[in-house]
Amino acid sequence: MKILVCISNVPDTTAKINFTSDNTAFDKNGVQFVINPWDEYALTRAIELKEAKGGSVTVLNVGEADTEPNIRKALAIGADDAIRVNAHPKDAFFVAQQIAAVAKENSYDIILMGRESIDYNGFQVHNMVGEILGIPSITPAFKLDLIDDATARLEREIEGGKEVVEVKLPFVASAQQPMSEPRIPNMRGIMTARTKPLKVVEPSGAEAKSAYVSFSKPEKKGGVKLVDADNAAELITLLRNEAKVL
Amino acid sequence: MSVLVFVEGLNGEIKKSSLEAASYGSQVAQTLGTSATAVAMGDISQNALAKLGEQGISKVLYDADEKLEKFVAEAYVKVIAKAAEQENAKVLVFAHSNIGAAVGSRLAVRLNGSLATNVTTLPKTDGAFTVTRSVFSGKAFAEVELTSDVKIIAVQKNNFEVSQNAGTTATVENLSADVTDADLTTAPKETVMQETGGGVLLQEAAIVVSGGRGLKGPENWHLIEDLARELGAATACSKPVADMDWRPHHEHVGQTGITVSPNLYIAIGISGAIQHLAGVNSSKVIVVINKDAEAPFFKAADYGIVGDAFEVVPKLIEAAKALDK
Repeated sequence: MKILVCISNVPDTTAKINFTSDNTAFDKNGVQFVINPWDEYALTRAIELKEAKGGSVTVLNVGEADTEPNIRKALAIGADDAIRVNAHPKDAFFVAQQIAAVAKENSYDIILMGRESIDYNGFQVHNMVGEILGIPSITPAFKLDLIDDATARLEREIEGGKEVVEVKLPFVASAQQPMSEPRIPNMRGIMTARTKPLKVVEPSGAEAKSAYVSFSKPEKKGGVKLVDADNAAELITLLRNEAKVL
Repeated sequence: MSVLVFVEGLNGEIKKSSLEAASYGSQVAQTLGTSATAVAMGDISQNALAKLGEQGISKVLYDADEKLEKFVAEAYVKVIAKAAEQENAKVLVFAHSNIGAAVGSRLAVRLNGSLATNVTTLPKTDGAFTVTRSVFSGKAFAEVELTSDVKIIAVQKNNFEVSQNAGTTATVENLSADVTDADLTTAPKETVMQETGGGVLLQEAAIVVSGGRGLKGPENWHLIEDLARELGAATACSKPVADMDWRPHHEHVGQTGITVSPNLYIAIGISGAIQHLAGVNSSKVIVVINKDAEAPFFKAADYGIVGDAFEVVPKLIEAAKALDK
């Protein structure tokens, strides 16, 4: 069983979001980057499947050299090897093309990633990869089990419910909790990660189909209006007459 | 050319998020001087389809194939691609739902189009074609240019009003995309719908009542449910509550849970960790009820009550009962 897990390098969940002075790019200054939390569910599930059934887990990132600490972290958590496509991830279509190019070369049984990244929140890449490769994409999935060597059973969230899907390998799936319980790398993992293979490849010639023009932040809220607990009913009146949301 | 809107059904009706998408699509069509067509399949009544006229849709293409009753991405993509070709659609509009974003992404590849998801504004069309989308988990917005000939837009839920031109009907035409078994490899074996309190979907709800650890245990959730029922709201919870199995994971709102953008989000007994805020940042009005006056959530709130949920919430339920509905 060969599993490819795609990870993206995102600002820490507690990072302050700021943009460069002309508002055309995210300001990375002083920001710590982590593995996208959604991708961690995919990574951990892939490692669990490998531990149960054998095989390998390859981690893939489309990014510049500054993403390597988090690729090493994924190796420390338990992936066997890694590939970095040496390019700035311009948009979802560009990234999907890079992932598909790597997948075509190595024929994986399962391609996993998180449902979306917590920075650009696209929710696009997995389905695009499925379409480019002409294989099913099951998204977002919160349960993934193998029935046998050729078939998997997934549970996917739809609005208001879930669907149980059985699908032949190969396929793409995106993960959300509670697919797995993300792991923290242990000392042995961190030591072995240093020598695990991390291959850097150049991007395929794909073009992006969208371009970020500028960024802005929502208007600051005016501050909280407190209602006395003894007079709680007043809140309902305010919500109807002042905020006009009831 | 025309604007094509994909509408999703549920129990014979069209989902609210799709009505919003239809309203959005017809406004785009008006700007571009063309008409808006909808494409639909599955469990939607003819009456509901014709009523899309109220959202400014002039024509609905409906594929009545039984195989399309349940969502299957590949099959749905085939139908929408056929409709897009037939209508020479240059702008396609979807709801940013699990289904809408999934088919939108596959279509972007198939139609060689540009895709923007989580879109919060109508497009600017003077010069470059740009839209604004929500990024960084609701903490920022980005203006994105869609550079391909075909533009695909998935609109954020609860962000556009459903327009109502009462009495206007759309013509409904049959469409057949000849879906075969080969298109059904990911057909669900089983579909399980959740009990949704008053039938309000969390992702589409205009009002959400959400509970955290301050509720002390699942046996106290009647407080959340009763208030939600009186307000016509959906219920939600924080991550610790889902992790402790007090509530199911599909109610977990936050960074790694569901993102909501209701008009009103009422957080009860939730301290407001930054990861929770990431799921509710786009809410228009936030109310926080917490007995700890130092809870960080108050900084993000519009209204607040510092007090014990077990004393405050029953008073709110009584006051909500007294409202004219």
